[in-house]
Amino acid sequence: MEEIIKVKSVNKYFHDPMTLQVLKNINFTMNKGEFVSIMGKSGCGKSTLLYILSTMDTDYEGELYINKRKITGLSSNELAVVRNEHIGFVFQFHYLLPEFSVLDNVMLPALKLGAKSKQEIEHDAMNKLKMLDINEQALKKATQISGGQKQRVAIARALINNPSIIMGDEPTGNLDSKNADLVFNILKELTQSMEMSMLIVTHDSDFANKTDRVITMADGEIISQ
Amino acid sequence: MKSGVLLKIAKTHLLARKKQSAIAALGVTFGIGTFIILVSFMTGLNGLLDGLILNRTPHIRVYNQIEPSKKQPIELSSTYGDSNIMHEILSIKPKKSQSNIRNNRGIINALLSDSRVKGVTPQVSTRVFYKSGSVLLNGNLIGADILKESELFNIDQYIMQGSPRDLDNNSNGVILGAGVAKKLSLKVGDFVPMVTSNGSIIRLKIVALFQSGLADVDNFQSYTNLKTAQKAAGESAAYLTDINVKLYDLELAKAMSDELVRLFNIQAVDIKTANAQFETGTSIRNLITYAVSVTLLVVAGFGIYNILNMLIYEKMSDIAILKATGFSGGDVQRIFIYQAMLIGIIGGLIGLILGFLVSVLISKAPFETAALPTIKTFPVNFNPLYYIIGTVFAIITTFFAGFLPARKASKIDPVEIIRGQ
Repeated sequence: MEEIIKVKSVNKYFHDPMTLQVLKNINFTMNKGEFVSIMGKSGCGKSTLLYILSTMDTDYEGELYINKRKITGLSSNELAVVRNEHIGFVFQFHYLLPEFSVLDNVMLPALKLGAKSKQEIEHDAMNKLKMLDINEQALKKATQISGGQKQRVAIARALINNPSIIMGDEPTGNLDSKNADLVFNILKELTQSMEMSMLIVTHDSDFANKTDRVITMADGEIISQ
Repeated sequence: MKSGVLLKIAKTHLLARKKQSAIAALGVTFGIGTFIILVSFMTGLNGLLDGLILNRTPHIRVYNQIEPSKKQPIELSSTYGDSNIMHEILSIKPKKSQSNIRNNRGIINALLSDSRVKGVTPQVSTRVFYKSGSVLLNGNLIGADILKESELFNIDQYIMQGSPRDLDNNSNGVILGAGVAKKLSLKVGDFVPMVTSNGSIIRLKIVALFQSGLADVDNFQSYTNLKTAQKAAGESAAYLTDINVKLYDLELAKAMSDELVRLFNIQAVDIKTANAQFETGTSIRNLITYAVSVTLLVVAGFGIYNILNMLIYEKMSDIAILKATGFSGGDVQRIFIYQAMLIGIIGGLIGLILGFLVSVLISKAPFETAALPTIKTFPVNFNPLYYIIGTVFAIITTFFAGFLPARKASKIDPVEIIRGQ
């Protein structure tokens, strides 16, 4: 199995208001195509870990590898490129840009990458929306669709550059159980059909139990994986 | 491709708040518009005022002045002229000499062969009294080659009810100062008797009037042909009191006038020395124009700064997600700088057009002045340079107004925003 993420002895401290170690010697690896969830009570450091893995938080000790490339120590511009190309994000909140259409929202990261022509990107974006069954809303403003639909658009946006991994921070946390199931099934389907890797932080044990592998954290440490 | 996306985001943000964007752009429009109007009008007026004096004033005037000899006879003595011997001469008097410029032919020829010189006009200036019955009015009669004067010193701009050619055609003609004509209630076609400095009376026919706008001149001066003036002064055809020089480059006047004094041992005064106050006036008016415009633009800049700052607070989560999906800090910074510049460029362009239209309107407004009989409307300068300066102004101010908020946006930490929700 090809490894997609490798974390080597990561420690993190918060210094405000007083020094507090939030992550204690985290080590784990994750393989391509795996659907992994990180479980734990709130405050156990699972989100903190996710944001380190997302490359957005660079204030930590230890080493992080994505696709066998060492990420620790890259400049913020290089990290932006890594996120653009290799990582798709789905958050608890959808974070769609309200002034843009659904289609534009999905297209933006690909336009930023600039690897394809605008027509190709538009075609890709329509395909992703079709796959998630919201292609009919494509030309609507992002504010004009329902919460469940918004989260699906956010997933389409995460997929647009065909990233190596999708990271999610409570992606179903804001959804009712019907929509939550729908989102879960979409993510599950993606790992199976497209060999996409998923790393999802959740405190919903039902969600976690349905994934391939559950990493459980408590007090900044991994207690089982 | 990449900056295309950034521009698209910038445009979308602006279009989503049309009212705010329009108000910000309006600030720039007023700033640039006012700048164009002020600067066009001010420089037009400057040109007019400078023209009033500077265009008619010779760049160098060569003349002879009555003054005491620089070397008194005793200094020439072999016995007492030694510099070791102190001598004090009381009550030195000016030397009696002619006001004729000696060797004036030679000087004129030397000037005409100089490559810096555009033209030379010789003049004879003589004191006269304008006579009307028993009334004698103090005056000055200038003999000149009137066609050359109008070519080099634009005297034709001040001539009313007639033309320089009328004088050239009539050897006994005179162009009378408008103030003199009014005082003596004379009109074109009348004869004016003048008492010359040697007591004889000449009668000249008024072919035209001139009005320079300077009352002291108009109440005093008249123009006639060179020969007539020489006759009035009782002198020969070689007699000249002034040689007026026009150069191609006004800036050379000072150096050249010093050179003439050295070479020909005569008096010469250059335009800068004679009219230093005009340059000061011009530069102060320019200073005021720029100060007002810059102030307006700075105010417009604060407007843009304010709006972008508010926008950035509103757009925190958009900025966070852009960063999460791979837009770098520099990209985010550029989005907001683009917004500022779009506001600046659009507002500035409208300002240029507005400024141009108002300038056209001003240039059509009637403006009657005694100073310039040939000018009927306000003078406005449509120099394209000011439009370029305006554009550069707009771009620079809006860039700086956008720069600080944009830098703040670029520094937003997406983790803080996303985790904070």
